[in-house]
Formats: sequence, C-alpha cells, structure tokens
Amino acid sequence: MTSFPRPAEGTWTEHYSELGTAPISFQDSISPEFYRREQDAIFRQAWLNVGRIEDLPKKGSWFTKDIVAARTSVIVTRGPDDSVKAFHNVCRHRGNKLVWDTKPTQEAQGFARQFVCKYHGWRYGLDGSCTYVHQENEFFDVDKDKLGLAEVQCEVFAGFIFVCLARQPQQTLRDFLGPMVGALEGYPFELMTERYSFRAENNSNWKVFIDAFQEYYHVPPLHTYQLGPNNRDPNAEFEGAHYQLDGPHRVVTTSGSQKHKWPVETMYPTEVLLRSGNMGPWDATEFDSELPGINPGGVKRWGIDNFQIFPNLEVLIYERNWYLSYRFWPTSHNTHVFEADLWFTPARTARERLAREYAAITVKEYALQDAGTLDGTQLGLESEAFDEYPLNDQEILVRHFHKSVGDWVAAHEGTAAGASR
Amino acid sequence: MAAFPTQFAALEPYADWALPSEADRYGKRITSTMDELQEFYDAAFPLLDSSTEYLQGAPIDGISDEDRNLLWLFSSLITVSFPIECWRQPTVPDSGPASIDVTVEPRP
Ligand code: FES
Ligand SMILES: [Fe+2]
Repeated sequence: MTSFPRPAEGTWTEHYSELGTAPISFQDSISPEFYRREQDAIFRQAWLNVGRIEDLPKKGSWFTKDIVAARTSVIVTRGPDDSVKAFHNVCRHRGNKLVWDTKPTQEAQGFARQFVCKYHGWRYGLDGSCTYVHQENEFFDVDKDKLGLAEVQCEVFAGFIFVCLARQPQQTLRDFLGPMVGALEGYPFELMTERYSFRAENNSNWKVFIDAFQEYYHVPPLHTYQLGPNNRDPNAEFEGAHYQLDGPHRVVTTSGSQKHKWPVETMYPTEVLLRSGNMGPWDATEFDSELPGINPGGVKRWGIDNFQIFPNLEVLIYERNWYLSYRFWPTSHNTHVFEADLWFTPARTARERLAREYAAITVKEYALQDAGTLDGTQLGLESEAFDEYPLNDQEILVRHFHKSVGDWVAAHEGTAAGASR
Repeated sequence: MAAFPTQFAALEPYADWALPSEADRYGKRITSTMDELQEFYDAAFPLLDSSTEYLQGAPIDGISDEDRNLLWLFSSLITVSFPIECWRQPTVPDSGPASIDVTVEPRP
C-alpha cells in the first residue's frame, strides 16, 4: 500500500529509468583497486565540503583538513580582506607539512597572522604568499614572489566551504551543485550556530555508511527503539514521501505527524520532559525569513529533507528548524572517518540547552546502532557470497549513488584516456 | 561548598555526575552498573521534572557555577536516560566495537 503519490511510472526507480531495476553489485565497496580509481576520479576532482563558515569566525582564522583519499591536507584561511582561501598544506621549500599541532597526522585550527614552517622557518601570509626565506642570500636565483603556497580552488555556498583539488575544475561549485541543491542558497543556515560535532573511525567502505543514511527502509527493524515502549513495531513500513535526483546529487523527503503532537505514552519520559527527541527540540525557533530550497517535492506535513550531495556530504534539514551535516572521508577501501555536525539556534536558557543536548545525544545513540551494523555489512560484502543484491524502490538513492560513483569514475578515466591519446 | 542551588540539595550525593564534557558523562555511564545508573536516574529525574520553570529562568549567558553544575548533572541524566528508558543496558545494543566521540559541544 502506498500512502504518498508516486510518479506516473508507478515507482520512483522506474521514473528515473536510467537507473534500471536490476540487482546491483557492491564490488565498488570492497575492491582496493576501485578505491584507487575513486581517489583520482572523485576525491581529486569533485568539490568537497571541508567545513562551515563558522569554522573561520574572524580575520586570521584558519583550519586544516586532511583529505587522506586525495593524499593531501589543505589549509583554509580567512584573510585580512575576509576572503576565504585554501592551499595545499605543504611548504614550498622542501615539502614539509606546513601547519600542524602536536602530530602531523592530526588536524588543527587557530588564529594567525602568518604560518611558519617548523623545519627551516619559511613564513607565509594567510593569502599563501611567501613572506620570509631564512638565509635568503644562500639560495640561487630565488624570487619570494614565486614561492607561495599551492592554492586550491575554494568556494563557499550557503556558508559551506568547498575545495576542489583539480588544477582546472571542470565546473564551478554552483554548476556542480546543480539546481536542486543550489536552491538552498539563502536558507538561514547562519542562524544556527550552536554546534555539536561527532567523529568516528569506522571499519567499512565510505559508501557503505552513506548507504545506511540514505534509505529509511532499515529504520523500523534496526531502530525499533526510536519509539517509546507503547509504540514499537519492528514490522512497521516506511515510505519516503518524495525522492528526487539531480545529476550526482539526490534527496529524500520524509513526511509524517510531528513528534510533539504524539500521545505522551508513546514516548520516553525524558523525551517528554525535555520536549525534544530524534526530530529535534519540539519548541522550534521560528524563522522570519523565507526557507528556500527545502521540501522540493512540496509534500504535505513535511518532516525532513535528506540531501545527499555528491560525493560525501549529507545535509539533513528538519521541520523543527535545525540541521545536521555528515561527511564520510575514506581512509582505505574498507575504512573511513565519519564526521557529524549538528547545528541549532543558540540556547538562551539552561532549559533550551538541555533540549538541544537531548536531540544531540539521541542522534549519537542511534548512529551507534548504524555504526555497529556497518562492520557486519562490510564483512558480509567482502565474503563475496553473492555477486549482486536486490534493491527496492525505497532504496533508490543507494542505487543512484553507486551508479553515480561508477559513472563519475568512468567519465574521468574516459577524459584522462582521451587527453593522453 | 554546595555544588548545586539550595533547592537541589538532594542531588549533592550525585555531584560526581556534574561533569563538564559529554565524553566524561558518557564514560561514567558505560563504566557504571545498571543499579548505579538506576539510582542516579531515580534521584535526578523527579528533580528535572519539578524544575522546568527554574531551568527556563536560568540564562546561559553568565550562568552561575551552581546552575552550570546543575546543567551538567542533568546532561548526565540525558545520557543515562537511554540505558534506563530504552536499552536496558549501559551501552547501545549491537553497537559492537563502534564508538562515536563528541569533538565539539557548546560550553558551558
Ligand atoms: S621545508 Fe619548510 S622551510 Fe624547509
Ligand atoms: Fe539508521
């Protein structure tokens, strides 16, 4: 039984006929060789979200982001003129990793007028220019003006900072994001500045964890306990209200009665007391502004938009006026780092803070269930017991994601082959 | 010296739950027995229930030390509410070796 209108074809998957309905292979999630191809074709080519504008609170703010899959680290800076720039985090002299704290393998952040290389003391401005060469007169024909850091393409969309490691990006960020994601320009992300961040190192391919967040088919069986004692049904059915694809990006919108309107006996006592839960604090801050870009399908009783932005960014926008973003950073073919940022309007009172804390802890509790399952999925896939796996219509985004990854790799390799011919 | 505002004196025996970071609070939760968690929950939950107005009147800006301790203790109650109300064990069932660390959180 379907509760929401579906496209004329009868299913979302058939509506996007290029996807087909055949079972799919997950070789792309277990093969070290395919991971090497993704590194070159995706992580060194696509626009990647490395942070938010809130990570650079004032002139002189900087942070580093290690992008293991692209075999580099970048420094992102906010210069004296407020411009946001990114550079390979590598000293022009002899290639030392330029900025790090206690360990070169850890990310760092701070505030600076300049960067000083720990090795021989060369210095660089926030605009990447080389400002000091130690014992400059010992060098042969050096020209400081030509010894700046290697700049990386960097653009900001709706406060999300993206970099592209390709020397010549194929597309501007805005073209890359396309009309569906691009419509979020102007959404008041900047009003949500109270932040919780999470980090996990997981033993699975990066795509396997993304898959766990881009279908809700698993929610009733795996997350039965998201609902209080009198309301649990592991056999409940889930149906997305709207699915939409745009280039390599995709969205699923959920709909349903708002949690705060449910009978209290179906919820947990602390949830009721703090008026908060997995859908966020019930007492939402009202926004005066327009909310462009959300609910692209115009569904009734809009709940959540789950934007999956290629390749590794997920942005969830909730009806209760908060949002979260997930980023999945591969570190090998079967390991990745998971980062989550939850953003709320600032709590004014202890009571409001506790409501936010409850929502944040709920996200962590249920994400632990997803993460626990994940090791099992990776182990299962690596056994190669099956060549292909069936996907249902509610798993359309999984199907689209793996196809997009394959298409992206093939297109890059086609271009590279064409160029070398 | 009392850790909490006077009307929360009943929480003084549980002052060791007034921990400043999520990592500390979660760490204490998963190294406690269910009996210990239940005892803390039974003491703190009724006070959270009766203090909604008080907490609404406690601004975050310039929060006093006592109110901040209270905020931390009730934050511990939040993490403890999951074993008590939901999982029936200190850790998330079937989460295996997975761990998720909070790296940024609002302070206070
Ligand atoms: S490698 Fe940086 S100054 Fe020599
Ligand atoms: Fe899940």
